[in-house]
Amino acid sequence: MRCLNCHEIILHQVTWSNLFSPPSDAIICESCFTQLERISMPQCSICARPMARGKICKDCERWERDESWRGILEKNVAVFNYNEAMKNIVARWKYRGDYILIEMFKYEIQEVFQLHFSQQDLLLVPIPLSQERMSERGFNQALAIAALIKAPVREVLTRIHGEKQSKKSRKERVNTENPFQLLEQVSKPVLLVDDLYTTGTTLRHAAKLLKEGGAPAVYSFTLVRSG
Amino acid sequence: MNKKFSCFQELFSYDYSWIPSTLEKATPPPDPLHDHLSAFMTGKLLLRNEIPLDDESFQQMESSDLLATIPAIEKHPWGYKCRRCGNRKGHLFASLPDGAVYCRNCIMMGRISEKEHLYAYRLDVQWPKHIGACQWNGVLTTAQQHASNQILSAIDKGSLRLLVWAVCGAGKTEMLFPGLNLAFAQGKRVCLATPRADVVQELLPRFRSAFPHVEIQALHGASNDKSGSAQFIIATTHQLLRFGRAFDVMVIDEIDAFPFHKDKSLPYAADRAARKTAALIYLTATPRPKHEREIARKRLPVVFVPRRFHGHPLPVPQFITAFDFRKTLKHRELSPKILHWLRKRVKADRQLLIFVPTIEDAVIVTEILADSIPSITSVHASDPERSQKIQFFRNKSYEALVTTTILERGVTFPSVDVLVFDSGHQVFDQAALIQIAGRAGRSPDDPDGEVIFFHQGKTEAMVKAVETIRKMNKLGRRV
Ligand SMILES: [Zn+2]
Ligand SMILES: [Zn+2]
Ligand SMILES: [Zn+2]
Repeated sequence: MRCLNCHEIILHQVTWSNLFSPPSDAIICESCFTQLERISMPQCSICARPMARGKICKDCERWERDESWRGILEKNVAVFNYNEAMKNIVARWKYRGDYILIEMFKYEIQEVFQLHFSQQDLLLVPIPLSQERMSERGFNQALAIAALIKAPVREVLTRIHGEKQSKKSRKERVNTENPFQLLEQVSKPVLLVDDLYTTGTTLRHAAKLLKEGGAPAVYSFTLVRSG
Repeated sequence: MNKKFSCFQELFSYDYSWIPSTLEKATPPPDPLHDHLSAFMTGKLLLRNEIPLDDESFQQMESSDLLATIPAIEKHPWGYKCRRCGNRKGHLFASLPDGAVYCRNCIMMGRISEKEHLYAYRLDVQWPKHIGACQWNGVLTTAQQHASNQILSAIDKGSLRLLVWAVCGAGKTEMLFPGLNLAFAQGKRVCLATPRADVVQELLPRFRSAFPHVEIQALHGASNDKSGSAQFIIATTHQLLRFGRAFDVMVIDEIDAFPFHKDKSLPYAADRAARKTAALIYLTATPRPKHEREIARKRLPVVFVPRRFHGHPLPVPQFITAFDFRKTLKHRELSPKILHWLRKRVKADRQLLIFVPTIEDAVIVTEILADSIPSITSVHASDPERSQKIQFFRNKSYEALVTTTILERGVTFPSVDVLVFDSGHQVFDQAALIQIAGRAGRSPDDPDGEVIFFHQGKTEAMVKAVETIRKMNKLGRRV
């Protein structure tokens, strides 16, 4: 078996220290596995940013103070920190287009989903890509993540503006037109899925539409929490 | 041909029959920039987004016979093959959601899948004929001259390979000049490929001053201009993945070196970058067994250059046992055998170049020696200050440099003693040890630097390395 990430042959050396860590049908090697950093507690109870103290981070406080955005997003759950190794892998996966790399996170994605959301009957909604980006890349990275989770997926959002966030200020970005459009009403609580949580603006724009379109609650799930 | 057999052939040999031939007579594109575009596109295998044409002009060119559209991935009964990088390993292919198979091996150059194409330009470009292009006025030694004549004749005849087996410090760059002078007079296109970007950067100014009127471009990972449209290309072997049937003369420097012999896509690309009628010139100081076998069977013509350009023999490594090397290192000390040699060394004003097996060893050895040698530092492959440290050592700002095998080849320092600690370690194979020994005595002013292998038991690699060096010195005396 070759490591999906570095292509080296995986040696199965079972020792006491790794007996319980990587899954036995490991598709990545020990050395690649140890480079991945799971988000640990304590973290912001809304956006999963790692924090030294406190319950809610400054950014989320700001969102919650704003009447038009309060409670739009119940909470975000992220799997990994955006460390150097992760940046490198995400770049190869998303920008170079090595689609299969997402498989290396399958086990952790499923585990974290189970931990936080297994009790709820959720509809998974991936953040959509623009037509242009989609034809360039050949896959939607958010859908690739959602597809690994054992829950119903429906692509009810579409993108009306491109992805480029340009150099606008936070205020401009937040108050600009919503880049998404809702294709059909929803009645179940929704779990939005995306690759990165950076400022939370994209996810909140999507969440807002979903709530207006009937979703009783909107959560989000991202592969990494950056920033 | 039997179908089964041809399937085997596809599996075991390089097949570039999918590259279309160039057109003898064709109407060039009506664009006024067509000369520039032709020079850029000829001899390349490009992706659509690498071709600087708008959709309309592109389609126009595609519908003429000027541009051949080539599927990028081949499907065979035994699996897939990537035409760009030659990858055939099952685990280096994967599929996209629409089922299209893509190559993971060369994905850093832009992903290609079954649904995508490589584009080959079919118009033959006439390169300028430079008469007397070589402005170098130096004189070749007898040994250099002998090899140089063979290189020149290979370039003149074409359609053959020649291995130039030249000792470290033989002056191989100069040996190429007369042959290249002829190549440019005949309007040929030339490529010199080398595994390392620092060598590309070092060679570019030397060739530019020797051939001031020939357009020369350097291509490597960090070079600004990657167009590769010049008559003479000096490139890292990786850059050849974009070329196909481009060069009339293909010089491959250090053909034995990592990563060339480890990464199968590089020999594939180097072979493909040469035209069918090309002269392939391989340069090496330490041929791999594969080439030695070919030489023995007289399948690969060879020319030896057993003598350094300054005429002095190669320094022969001395063995000193230091059985306690690992034990003492654990206690942050150096073996008394090493310390004794350092105290008694013959020419204490030479700089010290110390090779160790691992990065950890380099750090510890540097720390220990820093007590007695204040200006000492260490380098390794991923050291961000690597090139700066090498430059400082060259300027003699450092007295000693502790290194892993990354400095085994390519770099030259005029006056060093070379030490190898734990020379029996597996990282030091025969070729590595010969290259390492070749760092000593490079300058005519100080041609006999010492080379010491401190070991915990002789290995075959050590013994063979010394045998080879002695053999070359013996041959060198006869020249
Ligand atoms: Zn790995
Ligand atoms: Zn937060
Ligand atoms: Zn490939």
